[in-house]
Amino acid sequence: MLEIKDLKAGVEGTSILEGVNLSVKAGEVHAIMGPNGSGKSTLAQILAGRDGYEVTGGSATFEGKDLLELEPDERAKEGLFLAFQYPVEIPGVNSSYFLKAALNEVRKHRGEPEMDAVEFLQFVKEKMKLLDLREDFLKRPVNEGFSGGEKKRNEIFQMAVLQPKLAILDETDSGLDIDALKVVSSGVNRLKSQDNAQLIITHYQRLLNYIVPDYVHVLYQGQIIRSGGKDLALELEEKGYDWINEERSQPA
Amino acid sequence: MSEITQEQVTQQSDPYLSRFEALEKEGERGGPSWVFPIRKAGISRFAELGFPTIKHEDWRFTNIRPITELPFLPVLEPSRETISEAALNRFAFAGLEAHRLVFVDGFLAPDLCQIESLPEGAIVGSLAEQLKKESKEVKDHFAGQINGEENAFTALNTAFFQDGAFIYLPKGTVMEKPIHLLFISTGSERGMTTHPRNLIIAEPHSELKLVESYAGLNDIPYLTNAVTESVIADEAHVEHCKLQNEPGEAFHMASLYSHQGRSSRFHFHPIAMGAHISRNTIRTTLDGEGLECVLNGLYLTYGKQLADNYMTVDHAKPHGESHEYFNGVMDEKSHGVFHGRILVRPHSQKTDAKQTNKNILLSGNAVVNAKPQLEIYADDVKCTHGATCGQLSDDAIFYLRARGLNYPTARRMLTHAFAGEIVERIRMDTVREELDRLVWDRLEQMPRLAQTAE
Ligand SMILES: Nc1ncnc2c1ncn2[C@@H]1O[C@H](COP(=O)(O)OP(=O)(O)OP(=O)(O)O)[C@@H](O)[C@H]1O
Ligand SMILES: [Mg+2]
Repeated sequence: MLEIKDLKAGVEGTSILEGVNLSVKAGEVHAIMGPNGSGKSTLAQILAGRDGYEVTGGSATFEGKDLLELEPDERAKEGLFLAFQYPVEIPGVNSSYFLKAALNEVRKHRGEPEMDAVEFLQFVKEKMKLLDLREDFLKRPVNEGFSGGEKKRNEIFQMAVLQPKLAILDETDSGLDIDALKVVSSGVNRLKSQDNAQLIITHYQRLLNYIVPDYVHVLYQGQIIRSGGKDLALELEEKGYDWINEERSQPA
Repeated sequence: MSEITQEQVTQQSDPYLSRFEALEKEGERGGPSWVFPIRKAGISRFAELGFPTIKHEDWRFTNIRPITELPFLPVLEPSRETISEAALNRFAFAGLEAHRLVFVDGFLAPDLCQIESLPEGAIVGSLAEQLKKESKEVKDHFAGQINGEENAFTALNTAFFQDGAFIYLPKGTVMEKPIHLLFISTGSERGMTTHPRNLIIAEPHSELKLVESYAGLNDIPYLTNAVTESVIADEAHVEHCKLQNEPGEAFHMASLYSHQGRSSRFHFHPIAMGAHISRNTIRTTLDGEGLECVLNGLYLTYGKQLADNYMTVDHAKPHGESHEYFNGVMDEKSHGVFHGRILVRPHSQKTDAKQTNKNILLSGNAVVNAKPQLEIYADDVKCTHGATCGQLSDDAIFYLRARGLNYPTARRMLTHAFAGEIVERIRMDTVREELDRLVWDRLEQMPRLAQTAE
């Protein structure tokens, strides 16, 4: 589904990603861990199409299409979704209006009929239950005045509505209390199917107790320096990132 | 030293002065005799000031030459053109559940008015009529706030006005329904000038909801030169929305003078969408403790339009709160001007004054000039101001695009939201809803927003 090959990118001459390789197939859950500043969000933003980053080498394909050639909205319509580490507040844009417009764009692209207001409302109500969201949520402007936890929940709610093929969750767990973490991760798990995939960026093993990954990757200074199964996360929790470094610097 | 000589001023003012002499001879038209000295003071003031040029600090960004180049044809008698009740439907707020006064070319058109039973003692009607009655209220307050005014247009209005609205709410009167003042210019001739003059008096503890709107029948260069004086007594609440939606060739100069008493509340929403050149001047005197004044304006321009917002908020007493929120959206070669002056007098401690002016330029040729001006002579005050000008937030655009909305759609959504920030502050539900639609439609007419391709 997603093939990243030797991706190199940076900002204004400073390189951030120094050759990332990653392959994600339908039905899989991948976790990316790594210390602050290692390039996790940069990778996510580049995949979603944020401009301002300069790709200096390598490639990224999504369902066989050259991802880097597509506009951000085209990527979204193709089924790529980024849950932002810092969701943006958009005063004055009503949540329901925004989400209905987005959903209909995606549906049009998939060749599905657009939803009218009534159908939309019915459809999102179920999704709201899934994320334990209050009814008035849709009437509020997008993210405006939301608490940190509400913003994260809103990201997953949007994911539930848009039903992407590949969801990239950038530190969705940070800022969530234990109960919210359970609600959010059970939401994410229920959205999981054989046809879609999830790429979960996190600092904490805690989240991976709820969302169990098939693969764990460690991004360090712009490169994936180690990949493994879910046990790798446990090992990292115990030993920290230095442990991998030490191992790496020792000749095999 | 100004570079304009008195002689130049005189020459330029000549047609106005001679027109006034003619008016003086007509007697009747000048209204009751007690008003005439006020008119005369107006014309002398005008002769003294002359029309401002861009050399004048307060008019640096707004060149009114196209106005002074027009023939001066003040409307001094009611128009013979009749407007049918049904024809009103094309104007904003015509369907509003409200008491309605309609003025055609500055004269009250009684057939088009709709005033249902008013609370005891309340008056909603023609100012000209009230001036004739010489009631204490009107004598006490008419032209009470324009002393020392430097705006030549106000002086001109005082000299030539014929009619306008008079609203009087006695102590404790609550007007449930809004009052709508609709000013229609027939625009029958180039240079036609109307001088609507309104006087609004809200006695202590009264509550008033007011909508004032301006429109025209013909798209030619005519001038609306309006002046409104508002007296908002202790603990009175006034919400006032003004919609300027004149045709694209017309000119619109309007000044609002308001005087607020203790613990009063005044919310004013001036919305400028029309006219070639428009200026909305506000001078508000906050003359009591614990009061609140909110000036919440929006200006939307495209083509060659210019919309100027000029305001002075005078904190004359301690413990006053004022907020100015002005948002502007400019497309094509249009021009927005914001001039916000906050004056905090020496004893006005604990003043809380905030001002924000935000602008979005949709085109590289659009211009905005923002000039905040804080004059603070008290030391224990909270005053903030901020002006921004530019494009929409990249973060917000990206967020919307990352959900599948294309760039033009994201930009439209954010621009609507930006204008919506102002509209949302209107508390009169029906007025807000209608304005929301009007503002939406107006933005959709902006060439850059109408574009669907990137
Ligand atoms: N737009 C940008 N301009 C300048 N530097 C940037 C930009 N984006 C990222 N960087 C830099 O690139 C590096 C990687 O940042 P990134 O946000 O990708 O890290 P991260 O792994 O997500 O960290 P965290 O765990 O703290 O979220 C950092 O040093 C950051 O300062
Ligand atoms: Mg990050």
